[in-house]
Amino acid sequence: MNTTDTQLSKQSCAEIDALLAKFPAEGRKSALLGALNVVQHENKGFLTEDLMDAVARHLDLAKIEVYEVASFYSMYELKPVARHNVAVCTNISCMLMGSQSIVNHVENKLGIKLGESTADGRIYLKIEEECLAACAGGPMMQVDHVYHENLTPEKVDEILDGLE
Amino acid sequence: MSEELVTITVDGREIQAPKGAMLIEVTDKANIKVPRFCYHQKLSVAANCRMCLVEVEKAPKALPACATPVMEGMVVHTQSAAAKAAQHSVMEFLLINHPLDCPICDQGGECELQDVAMGYGNDVSQYVEGKRVVLDKNIGPLITTELTRCIHCTRCVRFGEEIAGIRELGMTSRGENARIATCVEQTVASEMSGNVIDLCPVGALTAKPSRFAARAWEMMQHASVAPHDCVGSNLFVHTLRGEVIRVVPRDNEAINEAWISDRDRFSYEGIYSEDRLTSPMIKQKDEWKVVDWDEALKFAADGIKSVLTQLEQAEIQDDTQSESEDSGEVVNKTNPADKIAALVSPNSTLEELYLAQKLLRSLGSGNIDHRLRQSDFSDQDAAPTMPWLGQNIEDLEKLNAALLIGSNVRKQQPIIAHRLRKATLNNAAHISFVNPRVYDFHFPVASNIAVAQQQLSAELALIAAAAFKASANDVPDHLKKALSGLKPKVEHKAMVSQLKEGENTTVLLGDLANMHPDFSVLRVLAEAIATQTNSVFGYLTEAANTAGAWLAGAVPHRGPAAATEDVVQGSVFAEQNPDAVLLLNVEPDADMVNSQAMIETLQQASRVIAITAFDSAALRDTASVMLPAATFAETSGSYVNAEGFWQSFKGVCQPSGEARPGWKILRVLGNLLDQQGFDYVSSDEVRDELRSQCENIELDNTLNNAATIKINGAAAELMRCGDVPMYSGDALLRRASSLQQTQDAQVICVRLNAAEASRLGVAESDSVLVKQGNSSAQLSLVIDDSIPTGSAWIPMAVKGNELLGDAFGEIMVEKV
Ligand code: SF4
Ligand code: FES
Ligand code: FES
Repeated sequence: MNTTDTQLSKQSCAEIDALLAKFPAEGRKSALLGALNVVQHENKGFLTEDLMDAVARHLDLAKIEVYEVASFYSMYELKPVARHNVAVCTNISCMLMGSQSIVNHVENKLGIKLGESTADGRIYLKIEEECLAACAGGPMMQVDHVYHENLTPEKVDEILDGLE
Repeated sequence: MSEELVTITVDGREIQAPKGAMLIEVTDKANIKVPRFCYHQKLSVAANCRMCLVEVEKAPKALPACATPVMEGMVVHTQSAAAKAAQHSVMEFLLINHPLDCPICDQGGECELQDVAMGYGNDVSQYVEGKRVVLDKNIGPLITTELTRCIHCTRCVRFGEEIAGIRELGMTSRGENARIATCVEQTVASEMSGNVIDLCPVGALTAKPSRFAARAWEMMQHASVAPHDCVGSNLFVHTLRGEVIRVVPRDNEAINEAWISDRDRFSYEGIYSEDRLTSPMIKQKDEWKVVDWDEALKFAADGIKSVLTQLEQAEIQDDTQSESEDSGEVVNKTNPADKIAALVSPNSTLEELYLAQKLLRSLGSGNIDHRLRQSDFSDQDAAPTMPWLGQNIEDLEKLNAALLIGSNVRKQQPIIAHRLRKATLNNAAHISFVNPRVYDFHFPVASNIAVAQQQLSAELALIAAAAFKASANDVPDHLKKALSGLKPKVEHKAMVSQLKEGENTTVLLGDLANMHPDFSVLRVLAEAIATQTNSVFGYLTEAANTAGAWLAGAVPHRGPAAATEDVVQGSVFAEQNPDAVLLLNVEPDADMVNSQAMIETLQQASRVIAITAFDSAALRDTASVMLPAATFAETSGSYVNAEGFWQSFKGVCQPSGEARPGWKILRVLGNLLDQQGFDYVSSDEVRDELRSQCENIELDNTLNNAATIKINGAAAELMRCGDVPMYSGDALLRRASSLQQTQDAQVICVRLNAAEASRLGVAESDSVLVKQGNSSAQLSLVIDDSIPTGSAWIPMAVKGNELLGDAFGEIMVEKV
């Protein structure tokens, strides 16, 4: 192993090993999604190629296998993003409830488009691909790990202004 | 495997099929056409293209034939309205994002997508929106990517994972963004990577060297046999207007299945290298000049004749002198013909090898050899008729355990390595290695022992000792001394018990063992290990026709079919100082274990006749005449592979320039030298003559009367070691330009492990002074911890290697 390879933190390794313990020994790949969550969380919300390589080494997978999974799921960010992850749901139910105007409002307020981060590194406006399974409360958005439902522009302002 | 049969009905035809077989296998066998993209009989089922949809009665929707197991009473329609509608829809869907750029696509004319679209597609697409574009990746010098054309069948991905054993390609992102990718922009490094070109059903992955050279329908296809390793993979060579354009595999389940190595696929480029010798040349007053064939052949024959007469005269003088002295002592009379020698490449055809030895022996000399990189000949009389694999290539995948000695099988015989890999996958086989360095393999290795080359036999002796202990047999006399008091380690014992307990097991000597200065010791030990563990003993021979060379009599001590009676015997090259030398497809600077010594010997000879496909500086320096020879694609001939299988092939195109097939050149030389029996009209006749002599040969690797062995103790502190890099083994490969751009192509450098380097006071990328005897060279240093302590690793057969001496000799490495 090359000594310059990025290493996972002790904490991440422990968490990943705990995940691994839940699967049969020959099923190390099963822990991949969880492992990427752990590593992304620790790295302030995004993955780097070095980190994915480190995960591959830890789980004994080919690098490309990790890359395939990380690029498949929209919950992984493969480019540096701002520290708060804001995802407005635009799937059918939310769309019917006016999510487009919420998106427009957020974009105007922050001066960025979907998929971009604010220059001060505060907010990343994620392109949400999936229904976030809170249709009854649409329009809704997820900020970091918290759901906010029945949004109005005022409510959005309040939430976003409250982010450090 | 249960062979329970079920009866199904396909398009009204009743078919019996093994229960559980996939529908597509059954229809394929019954010759019923079902379109497909992702299915491939050698790969796992992915069922992701949906092109193979067929109607199965009682199923609510069309089912993919490639992923539907057959069941008793199943009624299938491949042509019904429902099946056709499904196939049409899938076809239209697959074409949505396809660029339809067939006129500028290299695959055009042999594209599965084109063919299936013709059969199942519509003329017009309903899709009018913009199509996606995927940026291409540079994945190395062998494969061009045009990923916008990809239809995501994942055959290439599955090939990497399941066959090549390295997961290099993958599919990233999803939906419309899904694409084939390597992790970073990285070169695909598998030694079998070219097979994805054949697998890719579209023009997304095509062969870079032959790109845009010709359309499929302009090419002619000819069956041939691969000229490099001891596998003898079956090939189709494609030619355009008499030139080889590309090479693809020819299926042969018993040998190469559906694959070929990159080496066999791309080596043809060497045929058209710039230094191809296209007309005969002779050296007069140190000037090379082009002459016609008559003159060149006469020059060559006269050279041999004059050497012979000179020698005879010298001998008569000697005789008269010694008689006049009348000393009464027996004068050690040398046969004048002993001053004639031939060195032949083991990549030459059987016919060439047979004629070369016939010519030499009819001139009275037995000094012929194909063992160019071997240095220990001490047990050559005990050697089998023909060292062979000891089993069929196909049987290798049934192994439960194997021990390979001195072998980088993955790079040297990729097809054999693939069989071994299958054994590890199917039977969890324990494959172990004892090598002079650590090699990487693409299958799990039970034990990967690496010791410096000077300790290789001692290491093997430990395993042999463990083997005798396990079998509880008495150690025979010739091994007693070497094995007494040895204490095998756990690892050695484990290997032995794996070999002993497995049902199908083998011990194989690789090409590095064969080149090793202790070859005879390694051989005796390996055979003992095999016998004591009931394993098959075999050889992974070095070149395409090493086995054939033994049969053809291209060794000094045995004639064709290993005959020893009435056969002119000779000595090994290192012991001779010949006056006339015939070189057959040999390059003195690269094909020998000690190129420097070889060049010196040749420089002293008065006549060196080189039958060669290539003009090279080393030949210009040493030869007196160069006769342009045909390459494997340009001559008819035969190879015998490691399993003893004779394969004949025809020339697929005319030789370049005035080059002629080697067997014809040798035939004419025979005639010009007034020898009997050189009147062949075809290479088949030559082969049949040899074949009839070989009829009663039973292949058997048992060593007869093995000599007492001595394990060599400590040699010098640092010994040179090296292998022949995968793309340097013969003259053709060394000129295959695309292969030479891959990561596996090597340039000369010296490798030491970190400990050894610090002991010697040298550091990474230093230029160091390397000395062997009187020769020295400045090489760059690479720190490589796969090299054992005590070894300085320098590859053989690459440029610069001729500056140094014995590839396994003593060596000094110093700071400049
Ligand atoms: S590149 Fe070719 S083989 Fe690979 S997935 Fe695409 S179409 Fe299939
Ligand atoms: S559509 Fe927005 S949560 Fe389901
Ligand atoms: S061939 Fe059956 S789904 Fe692709």
